[in-house]
Amino acid sequence: MASLKELKDRIGSVKSTQKITKAKQMVAAAKLRKAQAAAESARPYAERLASVMGSLAGKVGKSDSAPLLLRGTGGDTKHLLVVVNTDKGLCGGLNSNIVKEAKLQAKALAAEGKDVSFYLIGKKGLAPIKRDYADAINDRFDTSAVKNIGFTEAEGIADDLVAKFEKGEFDVAHLVYPTFKSALAQDPTTVQLLPVPAPQLAETSEAVVEYEPGEEEILEELLPRYVKTQLFGALLEREASEHGASMTAMDNATRNAGDLIDKLTIQYNRSRQAAITTELIEIIAGAEAL
Amino acid sequence: MALHFELVTPAKLVRSEDVFMVVVPGAEGEFGVLEGHAPFMSTIRDGEVQVIKSEGAAPEVITVKGGFAEVGDNGLTVLAEHVEA
Repeated sequence: MASLKELKDRIGSVKSTQKITKAKQMVAAAKLRKAQAAAESARPYAERLASVMGSLAGKVGKSDSAPLLLRGTGGDTKHLLVVVNTDKGLCGGLNSNIVKEAKLQAKALAAEGKDVSFYLIGKKGLAPIKRDYADAINDRFDTSAVKNIGFTEAEGIADDLVAKFEKGEFDVAHLVYPTFKSALAQDPTTVQLLPVPAPQLAETSEAVVEYEPGEEEILEELLPRYVKTQLFGALLEREASEHGASMTAMDNATRNAGDLIDKLTIQYNRSRQAAITTELIEIIAGAEAL
Repeated sequence: MALHFELVTPAKLVRSEDVFMVVVPGAEGEFGVLEGHAPFMSTIRDGEVQVIKSEGAAPEVITVKGGFAEVGDNGLTVLAEHVEA
């Protein structure tokens, strides 16, 4: 049986832990609202761009003159997995779920005889992926120093990837990132990033559209921008997912701490009562002996 | 008589309003868009978009970088990567 002092110290330490988890939960809740608003306001741009891309790509098609980013390198052996992880922990199973999905994809690709390498965004994916694929990590992009993730980071990543693609370091790139469903559910998702998958033919408008300079030139300029937008979207989803997952995890932790405090308090009161009773018995016994 | 004008960046919808005319710095020269303009699509160079709210009004200048303009049935949409008002 722990002594009274030990119990008291234990309660104190659990209480201060609870304070920390509670604060973290509230911070995450506030940040989640912001991240959700950011994801919301990024939608119009992505939608417009996708619809323009769709109509243009439909016109230019997969001809040899189509831009490299749309046509692809022609090969299908070297695959790159772009894995978007968070930089900070304390967000439940989010990162391990993403890594699990990435490894699953890697295994499936390897089973088909493809060459798999990784491009890591965010700190938390490095250690678990390194454990299994130490030699396959191509490069990583550090976002830990950035406070408010923005379009600049997406631009940096996209430029990096496009340059590697043009050099022929990989043939196909897949993007693995968490999609934010709710504070409770963030599903890891995999989409093809490069070459840009030919979008579903959008409704062809009956009006004749004039292009300046030409359709292909416009498409050529739009494709890298489309990649950037996709990465930007993934980063925003990551932010929202991180805060959502963190909020849920911290809420659980706070509740667990509360339960533990209740249990310890009961134990503490009981032992105090026992100590008092023993003392009384001793006094009475002493008085009777006289 | 109004042209619906939208200016969108990846981060947010900057403008969505009805205006008289917008002058856009197209890749092959500036062009002005009024209501009822034929469908048109152009890349734009880094430069200034001039928004003229009503006929004869002084233009409001917005600096855009890296963009793309589309004129369709529902007006003019400018997609820009960076915007400075």
